[in-house]
Amino acid sequence: MSDPNKPSKLLVEKKYYTFAEPPNEMVLDSGARLGPVTLAYETLGTLNRDQSNAVLILHACTGDSHVAGYYSVEDERPGWWDTMVGPGKPVDTDRYFVICSNILGSCMGSTGPSSINPKTGKPFGFDFPMVTIKDMVRAQKHLLEHLGITKIMSMLGGSVGGMQVLRWCVDYPEMVRSAIPIATTTRHSAQAIAFNEVARQAIMSDPNWRGGNYYGGPGPDHGLAVARMIGHVTYLSDESMRSKFGRKLQNRSSFSFDFNGDFAVESYLRHQGSKFVARFDANSLLYITKAGDYFDLEREDGNMLVNDQLAHIRFLVLSFTSDWLYPTYQSKAIVSALKKNGSDVSFCEIDARWGHDAFLMRNEQMEKLIAGFLDRISHEC
Amino acid sequence: MSAETIRPDNTRFDLQVIGSWIDPGSRVLDLGCGSGDLLHVLKQEKQVHGTGIELSEDKVGRCIERGLTVLQGDFEQEVHDYPDLSFDFVVLSQTLQQIMHPAELIPELLRIGKRVIVSFPNFGHWSVRMQIILSGRAPMTDQLPYEWYNTPNIRVITINDFKWFLKKTGILLTREVAINTHQQDRRGHVVKYLKNLRATYGIMMLERPT
Repeated sequence: MSDPNKPSKLLVEKKYYTFAEPPNEMVLDSGARLGPVTLAYETLGTLNRDQSNAVLILHACTGDSHVAGYYSVEDERPGWWDTMVGPGKPVDTDRYFVICSNILGSCMGSTGPSSINPKTGKPFGFDFPMVTIKDMVRAQKHLLEHLGITKIMSMLGGSVGGMQVLRWCVDYPEMVRSAIPIATTTRHSAQAIAFNEVARQAIMSDPNWRGGNYYGGPGPDHGLAVARMIGHVTYLSDESMRSKFGRKLQNRSSFSFDFNGDFAVESYLRHQGSKFVARFDANSLLYITKAGDYFDLEREDGNMLVNDQLAHIRFLVLSFTSDWLYPTYQSKAIVSALKKNGSDVSFCEIDARWGHDAFLMRNEQMEKLIAGFLDRISHEC
Repeated sequence: MSAETIRPDNTRFDLQVIGSWIDPGSRVLDLGCGSGDLLHVLKQEKQVHGTGIELSEDKVGRCIERGLTVLQGDFEQEVHDYPDLSFDFVVLSQTLQQIMHPAELIPELLRIGKRVIVSFPNFGHWSVRMQIILSGRAPMTDQLPYEWYNTPNIRVITINDFKWFLKKTGILLTREVAINTHQQDRRGHVVKYLKNLRATYGIMMLERPT
């Protein structure tokens, strides 16, 4: 036990698991073979003796395995969902064994377009095969097997993380006891695909992109920053932008009559763009957004969520009132499909003004719902 | 069914009656479940597999927080997704008077549930009749304490009216009790004679025609 008088930081370590060594490469959805494959992952808490307390957290598009805690005592920035995950928090690491893995195709420690292609000794670039949400989930299953976990008490994730939650349920229902898909969908709307395509075009039209082979030289920084700016607009809402920025000017009292960015919202987006360039790879964003666009659980033989094999899974589906990227009607479509299986499904549309980003913000209602649901599942073995 | 078999607790009296009709371990759908008082008691004491549907986000939040399965939504829309006979009991307590299309809803509930339990405030109660006769104004009661311009209750139902509806549609009335209580009251008693005149609530169990 830690000394209660000392403010203690929950320390975590980024780990790596490599599998699918040639000649046993992973066969991807596209038919291409990929191997070896590395996934970066982090764990918190302790797996109990009967292995009934594993909680898998699936991160969104540009997230990473660093879900909560700190890498060192000096580390200032906790993981991306530190308000939700930790000792005594809704996903209580004193009770649950939490696993978060970086997705296949990302640049945050897992195999992706910026990784070295073993065939050439150089970064893959656009030679990296297309990966799908299904491929990402299959890779995570390898990781869980490596960790000796055959049954997951609950899995949760928002946005593209929510897609992975649903994909897990469809592909490996026998491993899933309960699932919390948050602010997500069974398939992108034309609007969501449209925004992703504009983001991709911003990257691909940057002269420094060079067909994806920019490693070792200057990257498509401007294109990537613009892509992030577009993304950010879709993560916010009219109301949140009005209350956060309105028509406020940034560090000035009158218009400059030039294009250097007078408005606070312009300054904010530029800041988000350049911050993102420093941490994320442009090709990874291309691949992951495409995987999101390809994801479609209603394509083959009707809705894949309507399946008796999912009947035993308990669901908590959450959406947010101001989310216009993954609007509530899409969550309701998930609920409607699951009801047809006789699945035990709860649904709540949380009143929040922060748009799609709401799932990453501190929200008392969301915390209560997730804590209550997980507590119930932990008692219903 | 007698008043003695109903164990008084903190639940609304009509819900205590309804709860006593529900078999242990059954699948229950509670429409307009509020904060989940009935489902909570049924889960604790009868190990039912319960689901609630409720419009208010706050109340849905309280339900899920206490470990219940609840969907946020308008149950008149939500019930259509369920396959036939998904539930052993569907409970519609004190909301029938607010339903837009009861003649369509009740058969639909009998499609998704083996039995439907309905409770509603009885507009045939003597105090209601007296108000109309003596004051010439639309009645306000403890059960329905609204003015004509702000009431959510768009249907005026008496026990006799509801039975007439069942007769006309061929829906079977398999169990019935009339009670005298106040909406917030934790207590009440069963009315045996002159029900339509003396009871504030009717509670009925319905089954589909064979």
